[in-house]
Parts: sequence; structure tokens; C-alpha cells
Amino acid sequence: MGVNLQVREEVKQQLTASGADVLIQSLKSQGVEIIFGYPGGAVLPIYDALHKNPIRHILARHEQGAIHAAEGYARVSGKPGVVLATSGPGATNLVTGIADAMLDSLPLVIFTGQVATSVIGTDAFQEADIIGITQPITKHNYQVKKVADLPRIIKEAFYIASTGRPGPVLVDIPKNIASELFSSNKKEEAVHLPGYQPTTKPNFLQIQKAAQLLSQAKKPLILAGAGILAAKGTDELKAFSEQHQIPITNTLLGLGSIAGEYELFLGMAGMHGTYTANTAICNCDVLLNIGARFDDRLTGNLAHFAPNAQVIHIDIDPAEIGKNVPTAIPIVADAKEALLQLLNQSFESPDTTDWLAKLSADKMEYPLQYHVKGREGILPQQAVELIHRLTEGNAVITTDVGQHQMWAAQYYRFNNPHNWVTSGGLGTMGFGFPAAIGAQLAKPEELVISIVGDAGFQMTLQELSLLQELRLPVKVVILNNQSLGMVRQWQETFYEGRYSQSLIPVQPDFVKLAGAYDIKGYKVETMEEAEAVFAAAFNSDEPVLIDCRVLQLESVYPMVAPGKGLNEMIGVKGE
Amino acid sequence: MKRVITTTVINQSGVLNRVTGLLMKRQFNIESISVGHTEQPGISKMTFMVNVEDKGKLEQLLKQLQKQIDVIKVNDITDKAMVMRELALVKVVVSPAVRNEIFSMVEPFRATVVDMSKNVITFQVTGDPEKIEAFIDLMRPYGVKELTRTGVSAFVRETQKAQTPQLNIL
Repeated sequence: MGVNLQVREEVKQQLTASGADVLIQSLKSQGVEIIFGYPGGAVLPIYDALHKNPIRHILARHEQGAIHAAEGYARVSGKPGVVLATSGPGATNLVTGIADAMLDSLPLVIFTGQVATSVIGTDAFQEADIIGITQPITKHNYQVKKVADLPRIIKEAFYIASTGRPGPVLVDIPKNIASELFSSNKKEEAVHLPGYQPTTKPNFLQIQKAAQLLSQAKKPLILAGAGILAAKGTDELKAFSEQHQIPITNTLLGLGSIAGEYELFLGMAGMHGTYTANTAICNCDVLLNIGARFDDRLTGNLAHFAPNAQVIHIDIDPAEIGKNVPTAIPIVADAKEALLQLLNQSFESPDTTDWLAKLSADKMEYPLQYHVKGREGILPQQAVELIHRLTEGNAVITTDVGQHQMWAAQYYRFNNPHNWVTSGGLGTMGFGFPAAIGAQLAKPEELVISIVGDAGFQMTLQELSLLQELRLPVKVVILNNQSLGMVRQWQETFYEGRYSQSLIPVQPDFVKLAGAYDIKGYKVETMEEAEAVFAAAFNSDEPVLIDCRVLQLESVYPMVAPGKGLNEMIGVKGE
Repeated sequence: MKRVITTTVINQSGVLNRVTGLLMKRQFNIESISVGHTEQPGISKMTFMVNVEDKGKLEQLLKQLQKQIDVIKVNDITDKAMVMRELALVKVVVSPAVRNEIFSMVEPFRATVVDMSKNVITFQVTGDPEKIEAFIDLMRPYGVKELTRTGVSAFVRETQKAQTPQLNIL
């Protein structure tokens, strides 16, 4: 009897940690500083463990706000954003953010509660098959079936989310698993994933081939994507471009990988890219794509994309190479590693003098432009240029999707990498404002400006509560055209001006709304007002909301209509 | 074009769903799929036949499969020397009058009788899909009452005629 009791005593001592305790402890050992979340029934044990062993928790007012904030955090910090939500509706409210992070390759680790294992599959209260729902929109997902697996799964989740091509990983934790006590004194194991071994070092022969092709080029062009930012290879990009005098264009998400004022930078390419960048793609003879995925908004009609170019494609995800554009030289590698190897090759620089002269003439002849003459009120482009001037290109800028996003991308020329937070692939309205909250938390010292449209802002404006609560000095600039600008523009261009459901004249008084959240709010209607209000706001260490009224019928130019080639731009002179 | 693809996967719940979900999402058409354990514990093997438009789509398919965390290995074995087998159970209406005729026709296929009643015989036939097609076509005029197929399972042969080029990118 005595012996038995002793054994039981030992077992009791080991079983002190619950699944939830282990989760919180594991997050701490992963270096997690902030959790974006929202509690609920199935995650009560986890929130209890968090109460006992705190990690900073940002209580968004909607799960979608939480996950977009985590995306903003991940984009500017490079660290995985951590999200916690309950089962059922808590989990399904995350779906938009998960899909957004998947398409824009953002590292997220998402924990969702789940009903107890004994009732999974019975349509229990707040049960949703979040594993099934998120399978096509996560890099990987797990349901924890045994509490002993939890430490391993958490470790794998962080590893998968943040290595290779980053992406969201979801871990679904049934309530009973979170409450179950177990002995966690097992030895730490290294991550072992036989089916996941991303290639980061480039193949040497492929690098040599690329160097050879580039040295013979007459009109080489670099297309720099977000892969360079993820790999932190922006210095190498600039060095490589300078060394061989090769011009650079950016994808939407690649903005910031090279300074906007850099001499050989041609601006963004694609549907609303600059004339110079799009023409360069049409005319180049070697296109070096580094960390971009040849998205359809970049390429336009594939039949007319870079018709004269041999393509070198560097990507960490082999599945992106050859997916849309035939590739002469595929290189599977981390963008920085590949650039370092290319720099080490020290091959003979191509003679690009004529090519650069032509591009530079294009830049002079066809800059981004808009027409102020005879128009009263604020043009949205002017507002973005003003923000750029006042912040000297050093602010963190977040946006939703649509016209304001394109104007921000065109007219805000970034000096530094990792300051551009936008929803590119999924094109999510309501992304920009919560993303700014996450970005501000990641960079408390930086000026974070959320440029949003009036419609998108109304999709997640409940997160104003977070500004109120945390006094985060985020500046919200609503480019208010009282419409769904991009939808309206397309209706104007392709549907003979039938503005079906795209004009929204009835909207809240945004200044009063800000007031309701104890935030300073201003409305500006002229450039003079804008100058004064923007300058004061950007110098303030308080949150500020600005309702910036802009001309309703302004359109984004240049534009490549859907289905057209990059050579068929309209509005290159700004109208 | 029809391709035979084998994948080695970690045998976790949901892995079949992951692979078929991927094929659906990327608009690939599965003709048949079979899954089972292998000699290694915890590792399963899937064999599927798919119809792809061209080489580019095939390359995408292989890469997307390879990208799955639970997928360890992907092989397109269509052009290799291989053993490919499928099993079919075929219920044929056989009146006593044609019984002998049927048996003589079935013999070259080495099909076996696994169930028999007064007017219906169930045959089991194994072989590559063409052979099974041929068998079914032969039985059809008599009246195929019910039919079920396992889908293809396949191996590459130990001895290959010549090296088949693999996608260097994988």
C-alpha cells in the first residue's frame, strides 16, 4: 500500500500542467510578445492559463480585427503574428484574415478553440469544422488529438509558418485537451518534418547560367517582389542593381524593397503601374524576377507579357516557378541567398547605357500625373503626396484595397523596407485599419498612417476601441469619396457609367464617430486645411482620425484593362 | 493526357482530404485513387490516375503535391517500367443457358468466381485498367448488374529500361 501511495504522489507532482498552461509556456519559449485574440467558451481554459501566466494580449473587438492586426504586426516585424480565438463563430470570423495571409505569404500562427473531443462531429454548440474550412487557405493546419502532442505541434506550427515561403498555420485545440493535465517534463525534441524541407541555398549551376544570361543582356530588368522583403535581402538587391546597372521595378507587395527615390527604380508595374515600368517589361530582353509570383494584376494578359524576354525566376517556392510565365532559368532559393551568390559571381556587367537612357527619357515624358487645373477640392493623389512630403517617405503606411491603395502605392515613395502594409492578393476591404494597429504595436516609435477608403474603413471601424484603450498613436486618413471608388471606376469604364450600388452618400459623421471613441477627429475639404491638419496630426503622439474629403469621380491611371497586355495602358497622361 | 502518380504520405487523419482537396482547388481531374499502408509504419502510399492538359499543368500538379507538409515524396511513374494493378468486382446476369459460354470467355482473363446464385455470378478480375475495361466490355452484352473497382495501385519495376528524366526542379 505504502509503495502505491508513493507512486501516486509522484504522478500527481508531474501532472501539474494543463494543455493550456503548456500552450502559454510554449508561446513564451517561442518568444511571442503579443497575442491578438478574443475569448469565448471553448478557449476559457487557455484564457485562464493566460491570466495566470500573462503574455500581452490585444483584445480586438472582432476576430477579423484581431487577425488583420496580427498580419500588420507580422508584415513590419517579420515575426509570426499570433492569434487566439474561440471555436465556431470565433474561428470562422478569422477566415478572411487567414486567406489574406495565405495569398500574401505572411507568417501567422492561429490558435482556435474547439468543442471537446467527445462531441466533435455531433454539431455541438459553437462547433465548426475549422480544419476542413481552412485546409485550402493555410500553409498547414493541425487538430490536437492528444495533449502530449501539443508541445511538438506548437513548435512545428511556428517553424512551418516562419520558414520557407511564410504562411498561416492553424492549430485547433479541443477544450478538454486544453484542460487536461499531463506531464510535460518530456525532453525537447527537434522539429522533424520529412515532408517539409525548404530549399534556401540556390543551385550553383543555375546561378552561373543566370549570371551568363544577364551579362549578355542588352535590356535587363529586375522585378522585385515581396520575397526580397521576407528574406531581408534589400541591401543585396540594391548592391546587385548598382553593380551591374540593372533597373528595378516592383510588384505591389514588393514596394519598399528598393527606395522610391533610387535612380534605377522605375516605379511599380502592373495594372496601375507606371508607363516606364510596364513598357520596360514589354521591351526587356532578360527579366530577372526575384521573389514575385507573376500575379495576374502584375502581368496583365500573359500572351503579351514580356514577349521579348528570357525569364530568370528566383523563388523559395518551386510551385511558383513556371506557374504563369515560362521560365528559362528557374532558381529555387531564398532571395537573399540567391542575390549573395549572384553578387559573388562578379560577372561582366551588361552594357545598359542605351537602355537606361531610354528608360530615363520615359520617366521624364510619362511620370505619374493628375490634373488639378479647374478642379475644386482635394484630389486623392494630392492627399497622398502631401502625406509623403510631410513624412519624408519614412512612415509606415497601411491600406485596404482599391483606389486609395493604388494611389498610396503610386505616390508614397518609401525610403525604407517593411513599412508598406497592404492587402495584395486577396484584396481585403477592412484590412488596413486593424493592420495599422498591429504595425504600431510592432514599431511603437514609428509614425503609422492608415490610408483607407470610406467604405473599407466601415468594415472594421470597431477597432477604434483599441486606439481608445491603448492610446496607440495611429493616424487614420480616410480618403473619403463617398463611394466604392474602384468599383465605381470600373463601372464608369466598362459598364457605361451605371453606378450600381457603388455610391454611398449616406455615411456616419466620422468626426463624431472618432469623438465617441475619445479620439480626435477632423474633417478636411481643401488642401490648405489638409496641410495644417495632417502636419499637426503627424506630430501628435495621440491617435487621430481625419475625414479627408476627396473628389468623387477621380480615377486611377494609368490603367491596364483586365484581359489586356501591359502594352495597352490607358490614361498614361493622367486622364 | 493520363498520368499515374504515386505519393508517399504521412498517415495522419485528413491527409487524403488534403490531397484531394488540393486537386479540386487547382482544378485537376482524378480518375481513380487508391490509398493504403506501406511497409513502414505511419507511412501510406497513394496512387492516382489524373487527366492533365499539358506538361505545364503536370509540373504544377507535382509541385503542388510536393508542397503539402504531409506529403513526403511525389513520383510521376507513367513513363517508367511499372507494375499497375486494379481489382474489379463485376456482377453479371448469367442464365443457366449461357453459363458455359461465359466461363469460356472469362478464362483468358483469369477472373475468379467469388459469388454465385441462380442467375447472377460475381467475378473478381485483377490487372491493369485496360484489361479490366476489356473484361467489362465483354460482359456488358450479357447484362452487368453491378460493378465496383478499387482504383489503380502501382509500383515501378526494379529494372528500368533507361533513365527517365525527372523534373530537375524537384
